Amino acid sequence: MARTLTARVWREQPQRYRMIANKDKATGEVYFPPRVVAPGNLNAEFEEHQLSGTGTVITYTVIVVPPDPYADLAPYALAIVETEEGARLTCQITDCDPYTVKIGQKVKFEFRRLYEDNEASVIYYGYKAVMI
Amino acid sequence: MRDVAVIGIGMTKFGELWEQSFRNLFAEAGQKAMLDAGVDKLDSMYVGCMSGGLFVGQEHLGSLMADYLGVLPIPATRVESACASGGAAFRAAYIEVASGMSDIVLAGGVEKMTDVDGGMATYALATAADAEYEGFHGATFPGLYALMARAHMDRYGTTSEMLAHVSVKNHNNGSMNPNAQFPMKITVDGVLNSTMVADPLHILDCSPITDGAAAVILAPVEMAEKLGVKPIRIIGAGMASDTIALHSRKDITVINSAKVAAEKALAMANLTINDIDFAEVHDCFTIAELVVLESIGKYKPGEAGKAAMDGATALDGEFPVNPSGGLKSKGHPVGATGIAQIYEIVKQLRGEAENGRQLKNVKRALAQNMGGSGGSSTVHILEA
Repeated sequence: MARTLTARVWREQPQRYRMIANKDKATGEVYFPPRVVAPGNLNAEFEEHQLSGTGTVITYTVIVVPPDPYADLAPYALAIVETEEGARLTCQITDCDPYTVKIGQKVKFEFRRLYEDNEASVIYYGYKAVMI
Repeated sequence: MRDVAVIGIGMTKFGELWEQSFRNLFAEAGQKAMLDAGVDKLDSMYVGCMSGGLFVGQEHLGSLMADYLGVLPIPATRVESACASGGAAFRAAYIEVASGMSDIVLAGGVEKMTDVDGGMATYALATAADAEYEGFHGATFPGLYALMARAHMDRYGTTSEMLAHVSVKNHNNGSMNPNAQFPMKITVDGVLNSTMVADPLHILDCSPITDGAAAVILAPVEMAEKLGVKPIRIIGAGMASDTIALHSRKDITVINSAKVAAEKALAMANLTINDIDFAEVHDCFTIAELVVLESIGKYKPGEAGKAAMDGATALDGEFPVNPSGGLKSKGHPVGATGIAQIYEIVKQLRGEAENGRQLKNVKRALAQNMGGSGGSSTVHILEA
């Protein structure tokens, strides 16, 4: 497999490090990651919007058989979280017994180390959520 | 548009086929389909394959497969829609024949998944989801369907036992299919006590990693009659897309691409779902079979689990689902799956299914093939 070059990594940093979304100025709909085109509206205008950093668990699982990059972390909780702004995302729920996560759980996002890609010499960082 | 029929079918055994290469799998299925149809020439062909690139380091599959099937220099195109690549290839072939552009077109599907280790196979499959915003955070395919299962359980009271019944039923059907990868019967307790992969999905809720290929030949209905082949007509075709990421959907207890594709196919056939006698649906995970049956309108939301428990979808039930054994027991070489569904439906509608799994008095059937966590779906309706 080809090594990942750094442009692909830093291009996503505004989203992974600072959770930068965008907002349709007319409808107020918030998109994460930011979209160039709003669904069904070619002429939508957007403004940058930083997610507030809290949300609610919509559904969850505990990953027991992990993909290679997370081999050392399993079992871990993975959830779909609806952010306060209404945009939804997938992330790990950390710093807890993964089997205690429930639908409706309030969470806040934190900046964490995710995994290392030794071949590309890249350490990936991004958001995970913790229960509040 | 011309009326189009399937006039020939072929498939390889599904399984861990160490002796067989990617190209030879496809050539074997294509050869069988052409011999079955009684044709020695094709006008065109489509190859459904999810990831020749990641599984065997090979792209440009139109050329490769036309070359090794010995049908050069016909136009040959690879079609990709993740696990719905086979269904999408079938759709492309159907459109080409219906349009009058070509008469005899092969739609095939193939995947060679065991030339890489399990970690690489998991990675390759995960590329059918949102690589940057799902896979990056540690989502696996079982994980995505587990998220769907948990939401379905929370809303409708679906249980792990209901999911297990889907698996038990499909293994029972597959036990009578000579091409199935795992033709052994299993029990509900066996499923519930099997290793957890992504809570609440156990390993026996998951379809396996499989090598295999399938191919079918499409032609105008009148040509089937000339060739003396019993035509199985394609009377409905639908395809739809949905968000690449599961989390972007307002409701994750329904698969909208399956719903819309089924609506389109049924409208084209001028039928309702209750006019369909049986179905092959995309049970990549047990929860998928339930959600798809609800999404295509066969059961009300939340009621497919009970139907599975009651045997309504068994071979002798009111609406048999996955008489082939489905992806669960027959195996799931991803690009081949959509074509293998058509293969089973044609066998059943011809009355040629083996070993006691032949359904009685069946005239119409539906095939639903799905990509990723439902980011794409095809539905085809066939009639004897």
